[in-house]
This record gives sequence, C-alpha cells and structure tokens, in this order.
Amino acid sequence: MGWYNKRLAKSLWVFHISGSPCNNCDIEILNLITPKYDVERLGIKLVGSIRHADVLLITGVFNKKIAPKIRKIYEQAPKPIFVVAIGSCPTSGTCFKDSYNIVSSREDVIPIDMYIPGCPPKPEAMIEGVAKLMEILNG
Amino acid sequence: MKLEYLFYIFIFPGILFTTVLGLIIGWVDRKVSARFQFRVGPPFLQNFNDFFKLLGKETTLIKNSIHSLFIATPFIAFGVLSLLATIIGVTLFYHAGFGGDIFVIMYLMMIYSVMIILGGSSTGNVYSSIGAGREIKLLIADELAFIFVILVPIIKSGYQLNLENIINFQATNGAFIGSASGILAFLLGIICIQAKMTLQPFDIPEAETEIVEGPLMEYSGPPLAFWKLNHFMMYVIFPFFLISIFLGGFTLSGLGILWFILKYWGIIVVMIIIKNTNPRIRIDTALKFFWKYASPVGLLAIILAILGV
Repeated sequence: MGWYNKRLAKSLWVFHISGSPCNNCDIEILNLITPKYDVERLGIKLVGSIRHADVLLITGVFNKKIAPKIRKIYEQAPKPIFVVAIGSCPTSGTCFKDSYNIVSSREDVIPIDMYIPGCPPKPEAMIEGVAKLMEILNG
Repeated sequence: MKLEYLFYIFIFPGILFTTVLGLIIGWVDRKVSARFQFRVGPPFLQNFNDFFKLLGKETTLIKNSIHSLFIATPFIAFGVLSLLATIIGVTLFYHAGFGGDIFVIMYLMMIYSVMIILGGSSTGNVYSSIGAGREIKLLIADELAFIFVILVPIIKSGYQLNLENIINFQATNGAFIGSASGILAFLLGIICIQAKMTLQPFDIPEAETEIVEGPLMEYSGPPLAFWKLNHFMMYVIFPFFLISIFLGGFTLSGLGILWFILKYWGIIVVMIIIKNTNPRIRIDTALKFFWKYASPVGLLAIILAILGV
C-alpha cells in the first residue's frame, strides 16, 4: 500500500463542511486556493461533491441540528477519507463549550484525524497541517 | 496481421498513447490556466496521481439508481473513445484507412455525449439530472454546426467520405485551411470542439461552481477515474481530427515531426486561451449562439466550398 499512499498524498481532494462556524475559518480556507497560497501546486483541489473527496475540512462547534447531517455526509464519503478539523471551535469548543445547543463530544459524531487550532488558523498553519498529513501517508 | 491490429488498438495510436498524451496535455492545460491566474499550478505528474488515486477509492452505489447503467457508462465511453483514437490515429500515423467513412467518427463522437447523459440521469440525483439535461441541449446546439464543419472538407475534396482519401487529397492539392471556406470552417470547428469537450465557455453541463460537475457528481472511485480519463483523452482525439480534416495530416519523418508538434500545439493553445478568457454562458445563450450565429457561418462556409473558394 506504500505506493498507493504516495499517490494519495500527492492528490488530496478537499471537501469543506461548515458545522455551524462563524464563517471566519471558511474564508481562510478559501484563501488557500488564491494565487498567494495556491495549494494546487501540492495537488490539492477543492471539490464540490463529497463523492470525490479525500479530506473533509470541518469548521465550527457542532450544534445539535447540524451534527446528524455531518454524520450523514461522512457516511456518504468514499472510504479512505481523512477528517481535518479547522479552528479553535472543533478543537476545544472555546467559549461555546458550555452552551445548551452544542454536542458535548465532537469525536462521537465523526472520527477526527487532525486538529488545526487557531481563531482562525493562518493559511500557513493549514498548509503545515496538510504537509503533516502527507508525511504520515508517505510513511 | 491480427497482432498488428491489437498493437494499433492497445498501444500506439490507441489506448496507451492516447491516455498518456492526454494526461500530459491535461497537465499543460491546468498549468497554463494556473499561470493565467498568476498561480504556480500542479506538478507534472499530477493527473497521473489523480487517476491512480481514484482507482483505489471506494465506489459508492446509490440505492435508487440503475446500477448497471451507472457502472457501465464510463467504461463504454472509454471504449468508444479508444476506438475513435485508434481510427483517427491509424489514419494519421500510418495513412491506412479503416474501411468506414467519416460518419462513423461522427456517430462515435455522439455516443460519448449519450453515455454522459445516461450515466448522469441513472443516479436520480437532482444536480446530475440537470447536468444530463443540459448535456442534451448542448448536443442539440453544437451538432448541426459540427456537421456543417465536417461537410466542408468533404465537399472540397470532391465528395470523398473516407478520412484517408481526404488526407491524401490535401497532400496533393494543399491543406484546406489555405482557402476562405476552410479557415471559416476550421475556426468554427475549434468552437464546436470546445462545446463537445465542455470546456470553459461551454462547460454548462459540468458547471463546477453551480451544479458541482453535473453528471459526474455521484461518481466515485474507478468509474470517476475513467470519466476523468475520458475527458483527457478528448484533448488528443479532437485536435487530431481537426488536423486530419483541415491541416492535411502529417508525415512522421524529418520536418514532418516538427509540423506535427506545431499543428497540435497550435490547436491546444487556442483551446486553452479560449478556455481561460471566457466566462461560462447560460444554456439558452449557447443554443442561441450556435443556431443563430455559428450554424449560418457554417452554411456560408459550405456555400463558399461549393463555389470553390
């Protein structure tokens, strides 16, 4: 599987879910495909359909309404799939962690492989996270 | 004799050559598009990595879809394009006819669009259905203009229907692009293959930002890999077809190789420039463009061809 994992590391197609965020992280994610950061040089492509995706980017604290939908999207994905949580919200819950309407354990909704903290994380931090994912895949 | 045919189909002008060249030209397209937008662009082997990665992914079947159609269409389309590549390639590289005439090529090109329509509408997804419907409308729009384009070299070569005879006629009497009707039909042909390949001004069926790749939306894993491969194979087939009917083919010896690269490269560059400088148009605008402007221009080219200009 080493050969296949190397191919996978070089073409990670990314699908982006908003799990009730404040939209700041989403804007920073879209920065990644602008000319300044251009992640296409690493083979990363933002796709619009979950069926084409290899990586799920999730932003925001998951509230109780969106959590089943996130679960459903995760189940629809073709299976070698990695979940990367972007921002402080999915990492720690920040100031919303005691709210009445968020799910207490985000790891119960979907298995999360990697956290990139920051509010919002800089695009450089996200690229570093992706580079670490590639490192793991390359062995 | 039979071993030769297998070589034609599987290796040289057929599957292996077309896919490898198509994936490389697909990289050129992505790289040049990136440079147009002041980006760096993907590395050289990007499309190969994408293809092999998709081969190893899971294929998801939808409960309410027609599974046989859903799985079969990308592979039938791949077979049709391989046949098309072999027919055009054998005529171009070996100057050997395949026995049929130019209408076989037209029908095979149409079957590809039909496969996209069947595959897209088999899923039952709303976006896929919209994409399949738009593909039908685009087929209705560009088919008449494309038939006019193909009629011009047929008329100019003295009503020869065989692709090989058209190339031989051009070898003795000069390429058709040198005449007024020829250049008119050639420019129209580039616009038509832009629509047939669903590239930028006419990427209405696969509008990525609007209906998320339309017919391909529900595909994952190997079938998606083959749809992507089919798209890249068309980067070879359609320019080769235009070279053979308007630019007089080529010989693979001495300066002929340089001419071959120049002709192919010229068509690819024009296609990429059109792709990067035009926004997507609506489907009714596309219909209006092809029926109101492109088809009359094609008719004019036919009249000029009959007059001998």
